[in-house]
Amino acid sequence: MSGTIVGDFSGWLGATSLSHSIQTAGWIIPTLQTIHILSIALLFFSAIIVDLRMWRLLQRDVPLGDVARRFLPVIWPVLLVLLITGSLLIVGEPGRSLLNTTFYLKMALLALAVVLTVGLQWSLSSAPEFWEKDRGRRMAGRFAASVSILIWCCILFAGRWIAYTQVG
Amino acid sequence: MLHLKELISFFEDSSLAETIRENDLLFPLIESVHVLAICLVVGSIMAVDLRLLGLASVKRPVSAVTRGILPLTWGVFVVAAASGGLMFISNATKYLGNGYFIAKMFLIGAAGLNMVVFHFISAKEMPRWENETRPPLPARLAGALSILLWIAVVACGRWIGFTMQAG
Repeated sequence: MSGTIVGDFSGWLGATSLSHSIQTAGWIIPTLQTIHILSIALLFFSAIIVDLRMWRLLQRDVPLGDVARRFLPVIWPVLLVLLITGSLLIVGEPGRSLLNTTFYLKMALLALAVVLTVGLQWSLSSAPEFWEKDRGRRMAGRFAASVSILIWCCILFAGRWIAYTQVG
Repeated sequence: MLHLKELISFFEDSSLAETIRENDLLFPLIESVHVLAICLVVGSIMAVDLRLLGLASVKRPVSAVTRGILPLTWGVFVVAAASGGLMFISNATKYLGNGYFIAKMFLIGAAGLNMVVFHFISAKEMPRWENETRPPLPARLAGALSILLWIAVVACGRWIGFTMQAG
């Protein structure tokens, strides 16, 4: 892969002293991954609980707007932690992700999930009843919730799959 | 101990275990389901723990918080245990020889015990304090202990992956 821009960048990144430190201390990568997974746990649960509320499967006694206000704001600071730990993991093993199609799939899905979540949060904060006004809105809300659940699940799968699809 | 060994080889030699071992896709697939389920188990339990600590969902009574979350926790726990069980039987002897695996099982047991103790002792008087922003010390301790135990469970889980790589 050397010769391509990404390949060269990956090679350069892997030769930096930060990358070298991460590689040589055996505990750093599993520790970063543990923080990464714990953050995913908080983010994924927060997103899913709102989706399940849209399906009226949980938290039925609480207005959807309240559930969204409680859980969706959690996502953004946690996402920051994920971006930091994820970036450090890339610095430690650049080729594992930068030369891996699964990684780019995961990032594309993440962008999609972020857009969807921002849209959901925005619609619910500007009009708490937005998804519950009539039957059509409720169905649309359930569809959006299902897509959200599916995308987050795919992101988690892709994350695990990076380990199995790395080249070399 | 002999019976335990026989039981383990019974599972390990089963055709199901063999299929998981030898199919290239099956193990990563089960593992992904396991990670997904664990994330929801841990995320949902932490949401309850944070309420017990008085750090989240403080405007809602504790029982309302648990009622809205724990059904999900139990559902995904079953999925996590089943997928974990499938990974275990595919290589039972090696897992049993792995210190992090043993530690993880004990930590899950400890988390369960913490929950039982809280439920049967501290939670008995819950109606008296469940509306308070900051629950009493025993409840806060149970919440803090639970968070620490589950962090350790996830860490052990990740470390199993790094110490079992020989295959």
